Amino acid sequence: MKAEIGLVWRLLEVILFFAVIMGLVAYMTLMERRFLGFFQVRMGPNRVGPQGLLQPIADGIKLLFKEDLTVSHARRFYFTLAPIISLVAILACFAAIPMSGRFHVADLSLALLYIMAFSSLGVYGVLLGGWSSGNKYSLLGGLRGAAQMVSYEIPLALALVGVVVLSGSLSMTEIVQAQEGRWFILRQPLGFLIFLTAVSAETGRTPFDLVECENELVAGYQTEYSSMKFGLFYMAEYAHVLLASCLATHLYLGGWNGPLLPPLAWFGIKSFLVFFFFIWVRATFPRLRYDQLMSLSWKALMPLALANLLITAALVVYPPFG
Amino acid sequence: MAGLSLVFYIGLVVATAVGIVAVSRFLGGKPLTAAKDTPYECGMPPVEMDNAVFPVRFYKTALLFVVFDVEIVFLFLWALVVRDLGWFGLVEIGVFIAILMAAFLFAWWKGDLRWE
Repeated sequence: MKAEIGLVWRLLEVILFFAVIMGLVAYMTLMERRFLGFFQVRMGPNRVGPQGLLQPIADGIKLLFKEDLTVSHARRFYFTLAPIISLVAILACFAAIPMSGRFHVADLSLALLYIMAFSSLGVYGVLLGGWSSGNKYSLLGGLRGAAQMVSYEIPLALALVGVVVLSGSLSMTEIVQAQEGRWFILRQPLGFLIFLTAVSAETGRTPFDLVECENELVAGYQTEYSSMKFGLFYMAEYAHVLLASCLATHLYLGGWNGPLLPPLAWFGIKSFLVFFFFIWVRATFPRLRYDQLMSLSWKALMPLALANLLITAALVVYPPFG
Repeated sequence: MAGLSLVFYIGLVVATAVGIVAVSRFLGGKPLTAAKDTPYECGMPPVEMDNAVFPVRFYKTALLFVVFDVEIVFLFLWALVVRDLGWFGLVEIGVFIAILMAAFLFAWWKGDLRWE
């Protein structure tokens, strides 16, 4: 009997975790719009509820009641599947992200590998969405998006290997524990920069938003999507940014550890600051050209990440030089 | 226990994603005009295009990606044991990366990384 009660509590905890993630994703859209407003010296959405706090709910309801279009050229099955894959691939990653030492879905020993595996499935959503729409802009956007995500996955993964070399473990809990006293950002400054750049490209946000690229491709692979199918892509994008913020916190900024405040608060503060940094970047930088984007990944970030990895490994093996 | 909550969580995620699409199909109206059935091309009548045609550069990028992705799987395992391997691990990974970089530099020299 006791075991059953424990199990029910555990499952309720998982549901709570999921609800927190969904709530965060919804309110990140509002935060981003408000902050972008401030950066551009305008108000941003502030009409629905006090300070616009009900805006994400209003958006959700509005999207649910929008016309659910499927163009007759589209391959219907894949057209419906693509947004589902996009969202599932990203949300599933959070199972390996603990919010504190105790509040998590599962403390996986292969957490980092699990996250890499699921987050790279997101490419299928972009590619399928672009291809199945039966629209030129969609196809171009999908191909560009897939090539971009795939190219930046390599520097991203190489930067992560640097963290693994230092921690000697793939488990998030152990990686966070290994940073007590000295955060990995101090031992991997170059790795952190590569991580931030590659992850912004993976999420397809502004300096790297060639996936959507309004003035060339209408909206890229999302062109033919409407209603909540479009909503799923949108949620997937913000969930990806949230995942990036959490990962940066755990891998480089010492995770939930910090003085005085409870672990959950530290996790929240650090992740919020990283998220704010992403908004800041979006408000500041213009978009790259596609050839610049590809050569940045292959000719600059990839060799740098490899060098960073080798130097880190050498310092770990021969600490007197480190 | 960890496995169970993981499976439960992924089930929750899939159910939510599929559920949202199903609910919006049920609640959202059907398109009113036939014109909405055509691909969006800024109002121009659509010109036929074979959807399977794309520049071969994307394919080359994909090939390069596969090579490096497999390399990274190997690096993850190596990173876990690099402390125990000592200098042997360093030399070994140096040789491995040197061979890989030779192929990479060849692709670079051949212009496979160039996008105009």
